[in-house]
Amino acid sequence: MSKNDNIQHTIDWTTVIYYLILVVMGWVSIYGASYEIDYEGSILSFDQRTGKQFVWIISALVLGGVILLLDYRIFNYFAYIIYGFVLLLLIVTIFVAPEIKGSRSWLVIGPVSFQPAELAKMATALALAKFMSRHNFVIKGWKDMVPLAIIVFIPFAFILLQKETGSALVFLAFLFMFYREGMNGIVLLLGSLAIVLFIVVIRFSIEIIGDNQGSWGIIAALGLIQLIQFLVSFKSQTHKKESLIIAGSTIAAGIIAVVVNNWIPVNYNYIAGAVVVLTALFWGITGLLRRYPSLSGVAAVALVSVVFIFASDIIFNKVLEPHHQIRIKVLLNMEDDLTGAGYNVNQSKIAIGSGGFTGKGFLNGTQTKLKYVPEQDTDFIFCTVGEEHGFIGSTLVLIIYWLLLMRLLTIAERQKEVFHRVYAYSVVSILFFHLMINVGMVLGIMPVIGIPLPFFSYGGSSLWGFTLLLFVLLRLDASRLERGR
Amino acid sequence: MINDRLQNRRWIIAGIITVVVLIYIARLFSLQIIETRYKQGAESNAFLRKTIYPPRGLVYDRNNKLLVYNKPAYDVALIMREIHDLDTLAFCRALNLSKEYFIERIAEIKDRRKNLGYSSYTPQVFMSQLSIEDIANFQENLYKFRGFYIQNRTLREYTYPHGAHILGSIGEVSRRNIEADSYYRQGDYAGRDGIEYTYESSLRGVKGVEILLRDSKGRIQGNYRNGEMDEAPKAGTDLYLTIDIELQQLGEQLMNGKVGSAVAIDPSSGEILAMVSNPAFDPSLLVGRQRSVNYASLVKDPTKPLMNRATQAQYSPGSTFKPIQALVLQQMGGITERSLFPCNGPGSSPIKCSHHHGSPVGLLNAIEQSCNPYFWYGFRAAIEKEGYGEKNLLFKKHYQEWIDAMKSFGLGQKFADSDIFEQTSGNIPSQKFYNRYYGETGWRAMTIRSLSIGQGEVLVTPLQLANSMAAIANKGYYITPHLNANDTMQVRRHQTVVDSSYFPVVIEGMWRVFEYGTGRHYKIPDISMCGKTGTVENSRGKDHSLFVGFAPRENPTIAVAVVVENAGFGATWAAPIASLMMEKYLKGALERTELFERISTSTTNPDVKKR
Repeated sequence: MSKNDNIQHTIDWTTVIYYLILVVMGWVSIYGASYEIDYEGSILSFDQRTGKQFVWIISALVLGGVILLLDYRIFNYFAYIIYGFVLLLLIVTIFVAPEIKGSRSWLVIGPVSFQPAELAKMATALALAKFMSRHNFVIKGWKDMVPLAIIVFIPFAFILLQKETGSALVFLAFLFMFYREGMNGIVLLLGSLAIVLFIVVIRFSIEIIGDNQGSWGIIAALGLIQLIQFLVSFKSQTHKKESLIIAGSTIAAGIIAVVVNNWIPVNYNYIAGAVVVLTALFWGITGLLRRYPSLSGVAAVALVSVVFIFASDIIFNKVLEPHHQIRIKVLLNMEDDLTGAGYNVNQSKIAIGSGGFTGKGFLNGTQTKLKYVPEQDTDFIFCTVGEEHGFIGSTLVLIIYWLLLMRLLTIAERQKEVFHRVYAYSVVSILFFHLMINVGMVLGIMPVIGIPLPFFSYGGSSLWGFTLLLFVLLRLDASRLERGR
Repeated sequence: MINDRLQNRRWIIAGIITVVVLIYIARLFSLQIIETRYKQGAESNAFLRKTIYPPRGLVYDRNNKLLVYNKPAYDVALIMREIHDLDTLAFCRALNLSKEYFIERIAEIKDRRKNLGYSSYTPQVFMSQLSIEDIANFQENLYKFRGFYIQNRTLREYTYPHGAHILGSIGEVSRRNIEADSYYRQGDYAGRDGIEYTYESSLRGVKGVEILLRDSKGRIQGNYRNGEMDEAPKAGTDLYLTIDIELQQLGEQLMNGKVGSAVAIDPSSGEILAMVSNPAFDPSLLVGRQRSVNYASLVKDPTKPLMNRATQAQYSPGSTFKPIQALVLQQMGGITERSLFPCNGPGSSPIKCSHHHGSPVGLLNAIEQSCNPYFWYGFRAAIEKEGYGEKNLLFKKHYQEWIDAMKSFGLGQKFADSDIFEQTSGNIPSQKFYNRYYGETGWRAMTIRSLSIGQGEVLVTPLQLANSMAAIANKGYYITPHLNANDTMQVRRHQTVVDSSYFPVVIEGMWRVFEYGTGRHYKIPDISMCGKTGTVENSRGKDHSLFVGFAPRENPTIAVAVVVENAGFGATWAAPIASLMMEKYLKGALERTELFERISTSTTNPDVKKR
């Protein structure tokens, strides 16, 4: 029994406690969400979701226990085999799964149905950890990223083929882990810049200037790029004078355009675009000739951005179908579509908002009870917390998630083997991504992407998936004292 | 190695996580504490999305006669939680129910095993599809029964008691429907069969929605934003059928008391003019509260009235197969216009002839006199024309040629691009079938000789038979038979493999059937008609009576196939029915009323309920 004693002493009990708190709170919330006043059966009754979830929780705990009893080396040893097996499962699912709500992602075996996509997160994390722990592997340039991108892309594509866009997007989370392992931070920054530019262009594209002579969205986005060019060049010390001249010329160009417009109608979009492009060409050539990579770099970013800005506008207004446009518009608060796409989010906001400071009390939520909130025990479970336990309760839940993530970061950094650390960061990234998207969606600041809240949402597949993810990490972590014996 | 410079990046990641959590807490603070609008939203303004059903599209016949329309019906719904102090006796009296029924029904609604979506907060259907008469008394007293509501519905109503197999019916959607198409909600109606099913998506229209506000006690407070956000329903698209309802009616009258089918097609367009299947039933039987009772008795009926025999029953075509056979054999080179074969009447071997006629026989006489030995010799000559070859491969090659030619007339397969619901494919037996049965080399022309006279394994549906006549009438092609007059997607031309030069002799032979042969008693004066009778042996009792034909001989406008099961000679039953239908369509009215009386009042199967 010496091995078991070992486990008891080395396992990270803090994490286990956070895990248990979240699972139990989730279960209570599911009870609140699916509760019906005149239902006479027991809380554990099988025709209620609480009863089923209870079974899932117990079996997940058993699963977690079993993982802790396994030898920690097998995860490293079998990483690729597990990955390959899960990929196979994903392919099979595409063909044999029945269509449920438009997606083909559930494997149905007798009375039990399971979503292999939930397993894919852990399997991909293991495969990446194994690959990145190869001797001498370091992320230096984009070439090192290629195999990693392939490992992530295969399950991503299969899940996309199952029409589970939400679960597929979770694989973006690995970017955080790549960043920790050496991927250039610029990738994260540029990604954020692209999102900001897209939002600015779309959000203000309805603000038309004059007689269809340009849109404030495009002008504002181009202005932002010009500002970035100015700041970078001004900071470079050696080119202060030129950068000031360009800034002046930009403003002058704007004024001239407005004046000329009195006689000849001008298209402001094209003028602003031309100004940004000319500036970028100037800095690009200067940077190349005088060997200032930061100048040519920012110029390249500016040029790509100009293309991206005009492309965003065209794609949104010409290529996207009206119902996609509406989803995006609702998200950006441009439209109150309370009957269609905005209905869910609006109901969710009403439910949370009506909770107030202390909430309406356990089982007293009317919004969730009256079934106004869709998917109230799965993707929108956080609503029930907000309505019944108010600001206090929902903040508490967020804080517990934060504590858990911080704890996992600590665990990640104390690992002595690359395999363990990469896996730990993968877990942090996946859990964080789920939390960010799910809670953001319920609060109406993220798009409606149907992914569950870890440990909280109703459903066996997701609970098993997250338990597996977390307990494999706990097992790896518990081995830190076993080494060298 | 662990102490690398990248370790600092943990702080950036921790920072991002912390910032996101802080933003969310700030958002919660603003939603839950600063903004009051959401609080009111919950307390006074909960939305109730009420569905408004669009009227379903109407159905007309080819002459714009209304066939199917909508009549209002009413559902009584209840919200369990809102029922208070119900006077059960008064309630039962208002709806004319027994108290036992009431108690039983309430228990059923509450039973989650039977009523999966049950919630005491949402409307549940208590009784459905009541007529205005049923509901009138209840409606007056509705204010006494808190928690009960009346929902408007529409049901189908039929102008004619005919064409039930074509029109089909609508019924409540199943769970599978709901999972397959997110348009449907529990309690919606959708087409189950016939054209109601095929054209469901255009007939149903688009549901509208009315957004009502209600307080936390569930009381309706009026329309949200004065109905600004409501969506009006879009009415379903009307459907114009190719059917001529009067011809359909005549067909059903003629088939009265008989089992079988009659199909009429306009060869030039592929439009189905009539598609009769008997025993038939009144389509209005499958509407409203009596639907399930009537449906159960139709299912139990041993004569299978629910089956559309025109497309789902398959028969050996017998002698009605000979015209197509004559075309295919000419194309394959087994016979020519001038070929002569001997016939010994009933003494012929291996296939007997049912007639005594001169020998040798030519093609024209063979069709007119329905000579079996002629077609056997021709069939053998066609598929044995290069002998058998190694492993019978040459023979099989020519047999395959025969199969492909038959299939080019639309036989042995469903009309895949047609809008006709529920077809069976019939059978033109494949090589594989015989290989499995007799072994790879165990079958020869002799083995499959029944095929030459349309007996044995060859099976056709009445629709296929009528369509093959359309192909002869068109001298070489047919248009996919279809039911929707306005759907140009259905108008697809299919060329047969037989050259148009082989048609005139066959048409001449079929013309002779009406002039001198088995059809001569049923010729319509001053119209030149072409046809062929068939008397088909079968394993279940008396022979089937079959007839195929088209008219007029020049520029045909109607092609017909009639099957009367277990009735005897083709000339006795099927031929007069077909002839009367052609007369009605070509002349607009019947002159041979005596013939009509005789046929429509006689019975060939005592089990069939007369209508």
